Amino acid sequence: MGAAIAVVGLRKSYGSTEAVRGISFEVAEGEVFALLGPNGAGKTTTVEILEGYRRRDAGTVSVLGMDPARGGARLRERIGIVLQECGIEELLTVEEVLGRQAGYYPRPRPIGEVIDLVGLRDKTGSRVRALSGGQRRRLDLALALVGNPDLIFLDEPTTGFDPAARRNAWDLVKQLGGLGKTVFLTTHYMDEAQFLADRVAVIAGGQLVAEGPPGSIGGRDTGAALIRFALPEGVAVSSLPLPARPDGEYALVESQEVTRCLHLLTGWALDRGIELRGLTVTRRSLEDVYLEMVDR
Amino acid sequence: MRTLALLARQVRYEQKLYWRSPSSAVFTFAFPILLLVIFATLNQGTSIRALGGISYNQYYVPGIVAFSVISACYTNLAIVLCFRRDSGALKRLRGTPLPAWVFMSGNIGSSLVVSALLVLLTTAVGVLFYGVAFPGRWAALLLTVAVGAFCFCSLGLAMTALVATATASPAIVNGTLFPLLFISGTFFPVPASSVLGQIASLFPIRHFEQAMFAVFDPGRIGSGVEPRALLVMLGWGVGAAVVAVRRFRWEPTRG
Repeated sequence: MGAAIAVVGLRKSYGSTEAVRGISFEVAEGEVFALLGPNGAGKTTTVEILEGYRRRDAGTVSVLGMDPARGGARLRERIGIVLQECGIEELLTVEEVLGRQAGYYPRPRPIGEVIDLVGLRDKTGSRVRALSGGQRRRLDLALALVGNPDLIFLDEPTTGFDPAARRNAWDLVKQLGGLGKTVFLTTHYMDEAQFLADRVAVIAGGQLVAEGPPGSIGGRDTGAALIRFALPEGVAVSSLPLPARPDGEYALVESQEVTRCLHLLTGWALDRGIELRGLTVTRRSLEDVYLEMVDR
Repeated sequence: MRTLALLARQVRYEQKLYWRSPSSAVFTFAFPILLLVIFATLNQGTSIRALGGISYNQYYVPGIVAFSVISACYTNLAIVLCFRRDSGALKRLRGTPLPAWVFMSGNIGSSLVVSALLVLLTTAVGVLFYGVAFPGRWAALLLTVAVGAFCFCSLGLAMTALVATATASPAIVNGTLFPLLFISGTFFPVPASSVLGQIASLFPIRHFEQAMFAVFDPGRIGSGVEPRALLVMLGWGVGAAVVAVRRFRWEPTRG
């Protein structure tokens, strides 16, 4: 598969502030790609350069084989954009704004289909003004989809959502992946990147600090795992069969060799007829990895 | 063909937005009619000696016809587009394949529809209720309205480009308009030789008022076209269009 987006050495400054400092990455066709980073890391600047809203200072950028700074209508016919907090004409109805938008594209999707996809069927005739925040965000997505784009940009699609609304939005984005669309999303939520993305790039201070599938980014899959259990009554940490450290009533074992450690530990417990209460094995969460990286 | 259909649809959506918006429909549509009725009623039966004793309303109604075009074009476009820019709606449109000129033409087209309605309505009210003479100079009326609409649509778009935020736009738009309306002789004649008259002559409103007065003037012989006034308006329109094209912003100021 070819690259839907290819970025090499992208730079952008606002006055004396360098918002993006030489980043490079590729997004394959059909991939869901997340640009993850804290506020002010350069996410929106990057996505708005890809969308054609901003000019870059340096670097090469290709979106669907075109330069977004010069792609014009030919590029915009093939992309769908969900901006951060962006108004819609409040006095038009859901059906009207979608109908108007569909008219801008050469091969739009049927409006009814898009309305069903985002679950706004019972709001078809309502004015935008009467929609809730979550419904507006779904209309945002519908507007990005109605032109039947190959590539969809989502800039912080769930910021400010309550948990239920986030779940709904996530399900929708998952469906986009299922339609074979390439999705480029920015987010500052680790769980969002983990749930949605095939691949994540972490941006901090205008630079990429890590890139990879969410399960293995930053060495998550190969790094040490943490074994934790309640310290059995009358057993000192020092008398456990392997090096451990106390954590309140619990004991912690950190190791690269989880299988061997668990075998040792459970064998030791079975020999003594001890139940290891609260036994868990965890890897460093994406959040741990992320916080380490953006702290650097 | 496709572009033409797109433009027609764009005008239709702009019309929906216009008539559904209380601030547009009340302020820019009803206001000129209200001003017409109030002043024409107050001054009914009076005449203006400085203009050879013509009735006040023969002087005043053409001025309000011109003002109604200014209201539909300049005031409406500048304020509405500033608010839509601040809301992000313009930025969103910029991300679609809709050509910028089709969007602008859609707005201008919608303003022309409103202008045409207001011109017909104010003229009809003047003729039917206030004894104003309209000597049937339709070509001159059409030409004058067209030049005025071009001039004041351009100025509206230029103002949108120059005003930073939507909250400031009504104050700036009306703050530039109303003093000029007064010194341009909209409500009572201001002599051309006076200081105020000379200041007003630098701006397009006075020329629009005078051009419209000529269209209605029953004492005048000829086509009713005031070429000099129309040229001044054209000049302002072209200058404003250059500013609008160069400086127009699709995104809110902060960002």
